[in-house]
Amino acid sequence: MTLTKLTLAAVGLAIGVSGFAVTEAKAAEQFIPSMVYRTGPYAPNGTPFADGAMDYYKMLNARDGGINGVKLVVEECDTGYNTDRGVECYERLKGKGETGAAAFSPLSTGITYAIIERATKDKIPVFSMGYGRTDASDGRVFPYVFTAPSTYWSQASALVRYVGGEEGGMDKLKGKKIALVYHDSAYGKEPIATLETLAKKYGFKFSKFPVTHPGLEQKATWLTIGRKLHPDWVFMWGWGVMNQTAIKEAAAVGFPMDKFIGAWWSGAEPDTRPAGKAAIGYKSAAFHSPGPNFIVHQDIFKYVYGKGNGTTTEDKVGEVLYNRGLINSVFVSEALRTAMAKYGNKPMTGEQVRWGFENLNLTSAKLSKLGLSRFMKPIKLSCKNHEGGTPLRIQQWTGQQWEFVSDWIQPMNDVVRPMIEASAAKYAAEKGITPRTCN
Amino acid sequence: MLYREAGQFKTSYAKDQAIFPILQDRVMLALVLVVAFVAVPMLASEYWLSTIMLPFLVFSLAAMGLNLLTGYAGQLSLGTGGFMATGAFAAYKLAVAFPEMNIIIVFLLSGVITAMVGILFGIPSLRIKGFYLAVATLASQFFLVWMFNKFPWFTNYSSSGVISAPPRAVFGNFFVTGSSASPVDKYLFTLVIVCVLALAAKNIVRSHIGRGWMAIRDMDIAAEIIGIKPLQAKLGAFAVSSFYCGISGALWAFIYTSSVEALAFDITRSFQILFMIIIGGLGSILGSFMGAAFIVLLPIFLSNAPTLIGFSMSVELISHLEAMIFGSLIIFFLIVEPHGLARLWQIGKEKLRLWPFPY
Repeated sequence: MTLTKLTLAAVGLAIGVSGFAVTEAKAAEQFIPSMVYRTGPYAPNGTPFADGAMDYYKMLNARDGGINGVKLVVEECDTGYNTDRGVECYERLKGKGETGAAAFSPLSTGITYAIIERATKDKIPVFSMGYGRTDASDGRVFPYVFTAPSTYWSQASALVRYVGGEEGGMDKLKGKKIALVYHDSAYGKEPIATLETLAKKYGFKFSKFPVTHPGLEQKATWLTIGRKLHPDWVFMWGWGVMNQTAIKEAAAVGFPMDKFIGAWWSGAEPDTRPAGKAAIGYKSAAFHSPGPNFIVHQDIFKYVYGKGNGTTTEDKVGEVLYNRGLINSVFVSEALRTAMAKYGNKPMTGEQVRWGFENLNLTSAKLSKLGLSRFMKPIKLSCKNHEGGTPLRIQQWTGQQWEFVSDWIQPMNDVVRPMIEASAAKYAAEKGITPRTCN
Repeated sequence: MLYREAGQFKTSYAKDQAIFPILQDRVMLALVLVVAFVAVPMLASEYWLSTIMLPFLVFSLAAMGLNLLTGYAGQLSLGTGGFMATGAFAAYKLAVAFPEMNIIIVFLLSGVITAMVGILFGIPSLRIKGFYLAVATLASQFFLVWMFNKFPWFTNYSSSGVISAPPRAVFGNFFVTGSSASPVDKYLFTLVIVCVLALAAKNIVRSHIGRGWMAIRDMDIAAEIIGIKPLQAKLGAFAVSSFYCGISGALWAFIYTSSVEALAFDITRSFQILFMIIIGGLGSILGSFMGAAFIVLLPIFLSNAPTLIGFSMSVELISHLEAMIFGSLIIFFLIVEPHGLARLWQIGKEKLRLWPFPY
């Protein structure tokens, strides 16, 4: 008991000290929390993302002295992909800095669900980039949640459109078989409803194959797929070690790799490299380019790695998940810049950053100014639409690197958007929220 | 010198049978309660309340539930996570289906539903014992979590399988779930539930029911010979234990994280709670609290510590250090006192009685 008490006292002291640290923060510093997982079962995928996110902020600080003279202070908190740990990180970081946290990117669908209500109450934006709650794209019900540039439902519809194109027309999908191999969690289940709707619309046969966390055991799944079902296409919503296992097992049953398409969280170097030659030809969706050959990377090499200040090693810069982390930071920093244009060049509160997100308009002129032309498509958010709905591209693994094999594919907004609005309305009814009106 | 019961005479059976017969213990308990009910809500920050005290209370309740079953009745169970999930999903279905039902009744009913599920999965305990029973209860763990994941009815057809708590008040404007609930209200509500259930648990184990459980635990054949019915005792233990775990799961989903997916109650959760009672002390209500404190608070403290004492190190190093220190502390405590922290406390009390003149 004495020890327990001592621990309690120590924790208490610790919290007290951290309280003082907050008041010491200097002026003109914007605090940005970064939820990461460099440990735990998903660390191989979480680490490059965290590195990319960190390096972009470091580069802004080194090259421009932050944003409009406001220095960026970034603090990481390791969630280990655990929802309860994520909540702890959120509570720990939300009040830090002069104006509190700018925006949270939880990097886990489970954590996103857990902090949506808290963040809405605390008036801090949640930027769940391409993950999390798809129906949160309806800004009328979820004013503080942003899902830009795309969501799982849009992605599923874009994948179906791509497959239709490969088959020679959407009408050719009739009678075809599409299987979905998914991580049996909140994340993996997201595309199911969309794919079921599209299966009805286009007449293809849709079958589901859940894989239990962490996804190391998929023999039975792939035997059924490869020997019994023989689908024409397989989609995968996997994460972490599940991806490479699936690729190996698919190769073992002789499923053609070019008919096997992963979601954007199932298409990065840590997924394909460990699978070796088996992975050649494997495809995945993406909303930004792979590779280190963009102006923004040159700046990162020059201002961050050139000064020996890099978060990772130079050869890792430009990996798919590194670039994804980078684009996450681009969105957050551009939302800050947009907010500062209205509220002045000082640290922004969560509420002001929210305005910045909602009025974010990344035109191609702006993107080329940021060194991101050809890296991603222009995107514009609004009060009603927090997704933006960027088109996607399919990339393929050559054995050495990822390369684009398709043009930009539009998601089926006419199908997805009504589903989003219906689901958001259901949520609003359950929670007793009156949706705000958007003009 | 201070902790000595000399001169405290018991003049009635009721006084002799009190939970805390020694005055000093009663004073101490009163102090702890005053701190918990008055000082903590007044002094603790939001971070403290919602990420340290709430999970501590929720886990204490689950550990208490498992301790009744494993520590008192001797039935080793690995199904705690599954029972917590049952409580969470039962509470969600009840709260959504009957919006006008009071949240306390929702929690109690979800406990009752979990108790029934617990009885069902406790049936194998009539035939098998020890590690074999652990394997049988493991089945309940996997089955229940799989069931909540598989059938969308349990999540009201949520596209992602996540349930999130609807806003509910205990009375009037005292909201304990949803976004308008303040951390202090949530904390007080949970604290009241945990205190009432802890008092109930303490009294159950002192009654003929608890004594029957302990007899079964110590030697079931002997217990049967002296007239304790194993069927009632064992299934009763499963029912009461599952009731506690179910309410704890409902509190987890509604009060602590306020949204939850079945995966949050996977096998690691069951192990976590089993470790709590092993470290805290099997067969001790106080041990459940101590074990929960050790397992919940220590990792959070360890991950906060380096930045607070001024070391700046990368987050992955902190996480690795946390796992290493935490692991070695578990081994240390189990070597120093295999019977758990509660036993340490008991030894400490015995020493205090003699202090400062030990013989």
